[in-house]
Amino acid sequence: MAMTASQKILAAHAHLDEVTAGQLISAELDLVLANDITGPVAIKEFKKTGADKVKDKSKIALVMDHFAPNKDVKSAEQCKACRIFAREQGIENFYDVGKMGIEHALLPELGLVGAGDLLIGADSHTCTYGALGAFSTGVGSTDMAAGMLTQKCWFKVPSAIKFELTGKPAKYVCGKDVILHIIGLIGVDGALYKSMEFTGDGVKYLNIDDRFTICNMAIEAGAKNGIFPVDEVALEYMKGRFKRPVKAYEADPDAQYDAVYKIDLSKLKPTVSFPHLPENTKTEWDKIPVDQVVIGSCTNGRITDMRIAAEILKGRKVADGVRAIIIPATQEVYRQCIAEGLVNIFLDAGAVISTPTCGPCLGGYMGILAEGERAVSTTNRNFVGRMGHVNSEVYLASPYVAAASAVKGYLSTPDEL
Amino acid sequence: MEIHGKVFKYGNDVDTDVIIPARYLNDSSESALASHCMEDIDADFVKKVKKGDVIVAGDNFGCGSSREHAPLAIKASGISLVIAKSFARIFYRNAINIGLPILECPEAVAAIKAGDGVKADLSAGVIYNLTTGEKFSAQPFPAFIQEIINDGGLLANLAKKGN
Repeated sequence: MAMTASQKILAAHAHLDEVTAGQLISAELDLVLANDITGPVAIKEFKKTGADKVKDKSKIALVMDHFAPNKDVKSAEQCKACRIFAREQGIENFYDVGKMGIEHALLPELGLVGAGDLLIGADSHTCTYGALGAFSTGVGSTDMAAGMLTQKCWFKVPSAIKFELTGKPAKYVCGKDVILHIIGLIGVDGALYKSMEFTGDGVKYLNIDDRFTICNMAIEAGAKNGIFPVDEVALEYMKGRFKRPVKAYEADPDAQYDAVYKIDLSKLKPTVSFPHLPENTKTEWDKIPVDQVVIGSCTNGRITDMRIAAEILKGRKVADGVRAIIIPATQEVYRQCIAEGLVNIFLDAGAVISTPTCGPCLGGYMGILAEGERAVSTTNRNFVGRMGHVNSEVYLASPYVAAASAVKGYLSTPDEL
Repeated sequence: MEIHGKVFKYGNDVDTDVIIPARYLNDSSESALASHCMEDIDADFVKKVKKGDVIVAGDNFGCGSSREHAPLAIKASGISLVIAKSFARIFYRNAINIGLPILECPEAVAAIKAGDGVKADLSAGVIYNLTTGEKFSAQPFPAFIQEIINDGGLLANLAKKGN
């Protein structure tokens, strides 16, 4: 029976020769992940079982990134609960302020995830690691707790949708535009329960950060995971980082797909998701004034995104009345921003630069919107109230569009500068 | 808990940010979560909801984040069952794992109105509209999933089995 790449990874971790869509399997996990929001609930659940020790302290990652550095006393208590648990259990991959970064930028950077891995994370954007050819998917805290207890998880084997990418993206079009275009095409439940497998000649024109962005937002189409082939770009990224042997899985040529979409990347335009669903995508719009711009998050906080923001902001100023908040996703990205002179460009333009945090993306802190305010953001969700007041608006866009909008003071593409 | 109560009805794509906004995720206690449940989509929900009540909604219920706080908030608010046309996959898993009963039944969603009285039998997958007398059939969960829900969640179920 022919299998997709995702199915092959699941089969290997379930010690089965083959699996088929719909089959229920129990599979071994290479890593389980939680953060300071989902970790405390997972720890509480773990303790309910009466278990003393986690199954494998080297295969658990706890990253304090959502409301850290702590935004208030309650957040501080949540991080403290994770810190105590990590110490008690000897969790090897515990990342606190000073070492932490936004989890889905941090774990690949540290080489904790790579091609052929199977992992779950108590964060919906865990699907990011498909960029490296891993099967990774978001779960809740209880699955995380069961994962810490057994280092296993049950899965329903997903069917898949194939996206054949061709052509080279135009200037000012990047991974964010590709995934927003796809979500606009298939809808926020267009890939519900399914894998999104990306293939085709166009893949070679997408750098690794583009691919992280694309897989990151697979969940925004309802998908279980997103996955790219393991090519030279992926291998180059993993070289010197990923310590375990690379296992590259490719779909069988006759693998079954629920649907196949052909997407010509050369035809895509800068794409924006209008409030209040990621599927509300547009490539043309009237003059829409902006109060805040956020460039960062697990979707677009990597060095490529910082370089794009700097390319647009260099020698320009953030418009009066706009607050521009730039958040490098990890300490390493932050350091690179300093080394490459990007921080000075941001400061000269009148933007602020924050330590890594998920804060504003989910309306936590570091950039909350007041009633009636509007943000252009490189983050991943524009639901009602997502970044603050229930009557505020979030427009999801690439770092090109976000930076150009900061300069113009209204929703803009770099072509308008 | 007996599944018997009044219906709160919502549309498609009810996301986890409106079920429990992230600004309240700094406290995972059941009482704190319940006190803000559905706040950004229905400010009156917490004032009106009574133990046993039922949420009925459209497609893709629970889309968005993986926060288990979302089904926990719904369960803690007193809701005994969520009926939807379809569920987002992480929410679906989380609801089972924390013992919140859910059923997929597009026919029931199409027919049931806000304020209707509803009763359900989970083991048979049958939903009764007490206001109109209609009866709907949903696919019941297999026995092992029903056992997880009855035990109050996955880890309580694992603990019972001595795992």
